[in-house]
Amino acid sequence: MLQSKAYVKKTRHGRVLKVVREHYLRDDIACGTITCTACDNSKACLSASPAPIIVFDTNVVLRQIDLLENSAISNVVVLSVVLEEVKNKDLSVYNRLRTICSNPARNFFVFSNENHRDTYIKGLAGESPNDRNDRAIRVASKWYHEHLGPASKVVLVTNDAENKRKALEEGIDAQTVEDFVRKLGQAELLDLLVGAGTEDAQTTADADDNRPSKRKVIYPEHKLMSEITSGLHKGIYHQGKLRVNRYNGFEATVSTESLGQEILIHGRIDMNRGFDGDVVAVELLPQEQWQENSLEKIVEDVDEDESEEPVGLVPGSAEQLPELIETGPAARPRGRVIGIIKRNWRQYCGSLEPVENTSSAGGKVNALFVSADRRLPKIRIQTRQLENLSNKRIIVSVDSWERTMRYPSGHYVSTIGDIGDRATESEVILFENDINNKPFSQQVLDCLPPLPWSLPAEELQNPNRRDLRQVRVFSVDPPGCKDIDDALHCTLRPDGNYEVGVHIADVTNFVLPDTALDHEACQRGTSVYLVERRIDMLPKPLTEDICSLRADVERLSFSVIWEMTPEAEIISAQFTKSIIKSCAAMSYAEAQARMDDSRLSDPLTVDLRNMNRLAKIMRQRRIDRGALTLASPEVKFEIDSETHDPLDVGMYQIREANQMIEEFMLAANVSVAEKIVEHFSQFSMLRRHPVPSPKMLEPLLLTAAAVGVDLDISTSKALADSLDRAVGGDPYFNKLIRILATRCMTQALYFSSGDCTPPEFHHYGLASPIYTHFTSPIRRYADVIVHRLLAAALGLSKVPGALREKTMLTSVADNLNLRHRNAQMASRASVELHTLIFFKNRPTDTEARIVRIKSNGLIVFVPKFGIEGPVYLTGKKDKKDESDWIVNEQSQTTESRDGKYRFKVLDKLVVHIEVVEPQPNRPKLQLTLVDQANECMSIK
Amino acid sequence: MDFISPEGLRLDGRRPFELRQLHAEIGVLDNADGSATFEMGNTKVIAVVYGPREVQNRSQQQLDHALVRCEYSMATFSTGDRRRRGKGDRRGTELSLVIRQTMEAAILTNLLPRSQIDIFVQVLQADGGTRACCINAAALALADAGIPMRDLVASCSAGYLNSTPLLDLNYLEDSGGGPDLTVALFSKLDKVTLLQMDAKVPLDVFEKVMNLASEGAKAVTQFLREILMENTKKLAFAKEPLKV
Repeated sequence: MLQSKAYVKKTRHGRVLKVVREHYLRDDIACGTITCTACDNSKACLSASPAPIIVFDTNVVLRQIDLLENSAISNVVVLSVVLEEVKNKDLSVYNRLRTICSNPARNFFVFSNENHRDTYIKGLAGESPNDRNDRAIRVASKWYHEHLGPASKVVLVTNDAENKRKALEEGIDAQTVEDFVRKLGQAELLDLLVGAGTEDAQTTADADDNRPSKRKVIYPEHKLMSEITSGLHKGIYHQGKLRVNRYNGFEATVSTESLGQEILIHGRIDMNRGFDGDVVAVELLPQEQWQENSLEKIVEDVDEDESEEPVGLVPGSAEQLPELIETGPAARPRGRVIGIIKRNWRQYCGSLEPVENTSSAGGKVNALFVSADRRLPKIRIQTRQLENLSNKRIIVSVDSWERTMRYPSGHYVSTIGDIGDRATESEVILFENDINNKPFSQQVLDCLPPLPWSLPAEELQNPNRRDLRQVRVFSVDPPGCKDIDDALHCTLRPDGNYEVGVHIADVTNFVLPDTALDHEACQRGTSVYLVERRIDMLPKPLTEDICSLRADVERLSFSVIWEMTPEAEIISAQFTKSIIKSCAAMSYAEAQARMDDSRLSDPLTVDLRNMNRLAKIMRQRRIDRGALTLASPEVKFEIDSETHDPLDVGMYQIREANQMIEEFMLAANVSVAEKIVEHFSQFSMLRRHPVPSPKMLEPLLLTAAAVGVDLDISTSKALADSLDRAVGGDPYFNKLIRILATRCMTQALYFSSGDCTPPEFHHYGLASPIYTHFTSPIRRYADVIVHRLLAAALGLSKVPGALREKTMLTSVADNLNLRHRNAQMASRASVELHTLIFFKNRPTDTEARIVRIKSNGLIVFVPKFGIEGPVYLTGKKDKKDESDWIVNEQSQTTESRDGKYRFKVLDKLVVHIEVVEPQPNRPKLQLTLVDQANECMSIK
Repeated sequence: MDFISPEGLRLDGRRPFELRQLHAEIGVLDNADGSATFEMGNTKVIAVVYGPREVQNRSQQQLDHALVRCEYSMATFSTGDRRRRGKGDRRGTELSLVIRQTMEAAILTNLLPRSQIDIFVQVLQADGGTRACCINAAALALADAGIPMRDLVASCSAGYLNSTPLLDLNYLEDSGGGPDLTVALFSKLDKVTLLQMDAKVPLDVFEKVMNLASEGAKAVTQFLREILMENTKKLAFAKEPLKV
């Protein structure tokens, strides 16, 4: 069965090495057709007739992966030589191809032709590797034809003219992609093709046209890779990731390690076809060009595009803050992109710019794609279905960006739905944040226990599971919560101390390591909460039933049980798997009402009051340690149950009951974190919150100084205290300062304890030396890992293999951080979307506060709706000195020339909120100043 | 890195439970009392045995059993980059010791008191699994020298990569960072004489890998036995005409 054939390969590893590797050829590789009698067809998925078996060559796969992803393409043999080549050229395409191959519904079969005795070929003398691989593809195609007999049909799809000619000579049915797709008879598939039709036309045109190109060259040429490498080496060029300003697509920064400073890139020409996220090489401009234009304006008027800060939700943390460009005394270095080292092209979502002439019905037309993301340039695509697409949200891919083209060219991938439709826009939000909302696959669902689930008898016998069904356990959650993952109890012990228990859904009892369910949950990382829907991390039966600690049903849980003194000192902590039966699932409001109602004195209410008392002490102690009480203006929509449209919007109310639950969850998390680190110091999943750098707190200090508040940022304790002291004229003042402080913070991060030193474990916001997430395993994967670690620490189970690999846990933590951030962004985007829908028919006048004053306007915050945006004081095209307003940026004050108005930062004013649509398909909120006489002072 | 494709093939085309191609030759050097080369895929080792012979250093002489000595070395050309390795390097010393102990356990040293057996092992080409390959080569060379042994000793390595136990790792897989376990067995006595691994591995995984390596070692024993039989037949055939 084994045949050995050694082949020689040269690799470079500092110096030239000769590497000899064995290559075994086999005779047991199946062809994968269902009808084949000669091969083992246990994994077969192909049918030899009547549909032809399709073989794609490498370039077709690389260029047309969007086509391959379309479900119309099936019955495909993917050759291992193609896979290998694709892997070497483009890893992301390789991963996408692998995903298709692993989907049983798609009927893609991987044939290891390179290891098959009859299809392996040796490179001939003088034959290039490419030619050899092309030949291997042809040999494999031919082998299929012969193997399956004359009745079978095998189609080789290749766009390489030479390869096609040779294939036809050898008697293989070879077709170009265009012909192949045309024969499928589905017009919309043609739109999926990259450079459909134009490719050949262009190449021939180029060949004929030896004159200098008639088209104007817009962008400078990219330097050769070799030049870039040597330039980087010499320090002339700098390498870094291009970060386009979220609010202004004509401005970007590149942070480089070689310069240790951000390089500013201004304008599309200097950005030289770079996309956001591309790794680029940058050349610095001469120093005298560095300080060309002051950037302390909200809006930059550039080219034909409008670009301005949108009205949006209040940023939650420093990462989400609009990147304001400071004009310090030292000008920032400016540069221009001279080459792109690595593209970050992905699929983009947006709509087509309306075009006037829609005359060529059915024919191919050019159209411009506009994304909702301002960081992207417009993308030129060709389509045959313009009428269908004009009012749709569509997804496109980018193919190339020529020097002669103002915009990159791409192609259509798929349609999401009608513009403005709430469901479509939600889809867009999910797509933009890379959130997987596909239904769970059958493999994943197969991992679930049979339904209806009830407590199995053997769990009662399990010596490691404590029976706590007699204990008075209850849960408190937001109203309408279906995924209840925490419950509590609190009983008075005979000795006067309290026994307090936190019971968390025992998710890991159902989500076993290394199952399809586990992998899926790990990929999703977190549940995502949009205003009108929830995208689960775990399938619905687990989320809402089996794991959910609902009232009056027996559920498995993982408990942390403390003994506490009446002064809330923890005497001991115990961890155990348990069985509970919750006696009440309350909402925060209900729990609060019970505690407040002095007539009630039933055991449950007494428990609640005891807990609340303990929680208050714990909270106070935490605050004394220096925990920050930050505020975020979360808004809550009241949603129409039928149309799902927002009916009302208001601030989310925080009650004592919320704080009580939060306090015990924090305590449980801390206890668990200590326990797992004690046992697994190298691979515990923890959560840390880095100390914000003084630079990040600068905007806060600036604002605070302007209103005469002195903040001490030396420690979190000092900051917390000075925040407490910051009391202004009205009750909202303090909250406003806290909101401003919150957005200066960094976000907390998951990490593996092996990657950081113990002092770095610190959680700044909670002022806790160690922290993790344990209490929400239904909706967060980090908690699932922590549950497993805790179970292993207690000796209840083994440490799952994947966790033991240090790099593995690090990559999981990175993924979770990304997913977590994406989920937050999606939630915010969803709230923004609903705010927009809400104000569409309800132009409103409301009170707002100024959070920042800029040269041409104010940034205001509307507490009632939690939105923030600019109010323009000067018209866009006005010159600065013609303005009606005098601005003092240093003291953050402004006054109108006629002396009628005077504004200071944090002042109150009244704004008018309405939805405007300056560009089609881009509705946005507009804030305008309303003066006391209710006279609208709109600038436009 | 993917060491095993979703189709179940390793980088070199083997399946997880397959050995590389084995090849062995006996009596490659006429000068020596016993000699053999052993190949596992691209790993090739020559083993040469001198003895039993008089003890060179009288002070080391043992009155009740034979003295076994072993010297391991790697040819300069055995790896891709030419590097001269001294005899005294750590790895070499350790390997010499391992081979000596394994072979000493196999040889019936009490039958050969006051004598010395020298085993020289040199790696001609290294492609992973040199340890196992050295032991197999030494076993053949000892048999060739006609030294009495308890049982035929055979060795094989196994590893654990991408959550799959893999038999007989080659260099590429060996440098993949996973555990690498080498086992040497007396297959007739069903006894383990060498078990080496320097990695932390959970017990259930260890068991799987260990079983796999043992299976591999048994397959190698089978192969060694065939080679020895063939060699003996050849020798018998060579002797025959003399008698006539």
